[in-house]
Amino acid sequence: MASATVQQHSVLLGSGAVLNKRRTPLGDAFRTLRRQPVAMSGFAIICAWLILALLAPILPIQDPNHQDIANRLQPPGPGHIFGTDDLGRDMVSRVIYGARISLPAGIVVILITGTFGCLVGAVAGYIGGWLDNVIMRIADAVLSFPSIILAMSITAASPFKDQRLFNALIAVALVLWPEYARVMRGQVLAIRSNEYVTAAEAIGASRGRVLLRHILPSTDAPIIVKATLDVGAAIVLTAGLSFIGLGAVPPNPEWGAMIKAGADKGTQYWWYAAVPGLAIMSVVMALNFFGDGLRDALDPRRRGR
Amino acid sequence: MGLWAYIGRRLVLAALVLIMVSIGTFLLSHAVPGDPISAIIGERQADNPEVRAQFERRFGLDKPLPLQYAYYVRNLLRGDLGLSISTRQPVVEDLQQFVPATIELTIAAMIFAITVGVPLGIIAAVRQNRWPDHLTRFIALIGTSVPVFWLGLLFLYVFFYRLRWLPGPGQLDPGMSRPDYVTGMVTVDAILARDWDALRSVLRHMVMPAVVLGSFAMGIVARMLRSSLVAAMSDDYVRTARAKGLVERRVVAGHALRNALIPTVTVLGLTFAGLLTGAVLTETIFSWPGMGQYAVKTAIKLDYPGLLGVTLVIAVTYVLFNLLVDVIYGILDPRIRIS
Repeated sequence: MASATVQQHSVLLGSGAVLNKRRTPLGDAFRTLRRQPVAMSGFAIICAWLILALLAPILPIQDPNHQDIANRLQPPGPGHIFGTDDLGRDMVSRVIYGARISLPAGIVVILITGTFGCLVGAVAGYIGGWLDNVIMRIADAVLSFPSIILAMSITAASPFKDQRLFNALIAVALVLWPEYARVMRGQVLAIRSNEYVTAAEAIGASRGRVLLRHILPSTDAPIIVKATLDVGAAIVLTAGLSFIGLGAVPPNPEWGAMIKAGADKGTQYWWYAAVPGLAIMSVVMALNFFGDGLRDALDPRRRGR
Repeated sequence: MGLWAYIGRRLVLAALVLIMVSIGTFLLSHAVPGDPISAIIGERQADNPEVRAQFERRFGLDKPLPLQYAYYVRNLLRGDLGLSISTRQPVVEDLQQFVPATIELTIAAMIFAITVGVPLGIIAAVRQNRWPDHLTRFIALIGTSVPVFWLGLLFLYVFFYRLRWLPGPGQLDPGMSRPDYVTGMVTVDAILARDWDALRSVLRHMVMPAVVLGSFAMGIVARMLRSSLVAAMSDDYVRTARAKGLVERRVVAGHALRNALIPTVTVLGLTFAGLLTGAVLTETIFSWPGMGQYAVKTAIKLDYPGLLGVTLVIAVTYVLFNLLVDVIYGILDPRIRIS
């Protein structure tokens, strides 16, 4: 009896999906997004950076570690559009090679920490009870440390002393998961009370199956938007750790480490710190533009405002 | 739920978080690689098993971990955070020296964020989708996108190195002596000592770090206020206010703004943690002798007691601040208490 009802239910859902095939919510969102010049320009900038990073070895630029002491600390000009650093290395090439470190680092960290946070939050929201309480109080405790201080403690306590960039990334990941757990938990709590979840439970689906097959696919937009915006936050945080000497170390062309090297040289060589800073800024702003556009596009109430 | 029950619940939650925080710092201090005993009494002494055992007994290191945690909490409650390895002073004394400078800087940054962020948000909402709105959103976006340490360097270059409008890093002009220590905050101490030259100097030195530090919070405040004010402006009570013939100024200031400010207050409380994070980097760039600079110094030197002291102070401040925001929020908006 119960299974017949469920079957009927899924048939109804199935026919609904067929009806909506031409106009899916996601398709609507993309159409809205395409009409937003600001969001699309953000998207274009991110793509441009990714392409530059990917093609760096075959681009007609110098080796980022090629030293030319005779031409050290040259201001921007012909030959070196963004100038050279204290070892005569070309800033253009170093910034582009820096993108090969900072961009994947930011993206991978958010993918890992976001997935972990979402799973933990989903489990907390679905199972509930004491497990929920313990997980969310741990999340609160982590959130109550300013991220950089916690990251500093973790980097300093890490047993892998030589892998400093790796330590910094681990620290960033450990700091950022609770926010995902919170958002996800809220969504799961709302979805859990839906009839189709009760139905799945009624036919004896295991908790894991209900969570993975029925609840998680229904969660949506806010997490994606948050992840987009957080890639920028992760890049800035990693660069900040490098800047205070707890992240990437020279000769690694990581953007934060380059800014630190430039700042140590002195203000008269402004381009040394300014160029990698502009790189970070352009990436983070582009991610913000795109993330904001995505938020508007995914939220039907905001469309057309 | 009544207001007191609500506050009570929040207090219990805050206490739980603080316990978690203390367990966290305790475990971190045990995860430190290296041997704390040889760091304190020297390698040769630590190799002598008798001396080592005696030392372990004296500091309770031979006890089981939960008991050690109990000792740790007892010491915390007595205000004993241990000895800093880098300054060789009690961590509490170090903190007393460095915390006031951070408080001073953070307050200045908050003042900047509010006095600039609130008008920007209002202008953007009232002139929605026209150029003041776009400009404001752009300024706010820059405030939230630029890494704070890079903005600091940029300001130093422009306003100190190029234009010479403002003094460079540090808290006072070179050669100027600090007013007598009363509160630890140089501005307040200068006023108490009627040392107007020192006051002028410290205020001029504070402008750049405060603006740099406050820029992120300013961006958040402006964007938050804009969106909640835009939402409020289309509510029925605003239409009523207009219908009864109020001038637009009073409609905005007296009706819409009041409601729109509530979410902004919460966000402001939450950005406080962001300010403390930014303070670490800002203080490093501007050589501001605060807790952030101390944290960086201790982290690089692996001075665990010092770093954990800072961690603890900041975590406690943050928890208390959140508690305060929750309580204020509960008072401002009775609907919150029910959920």
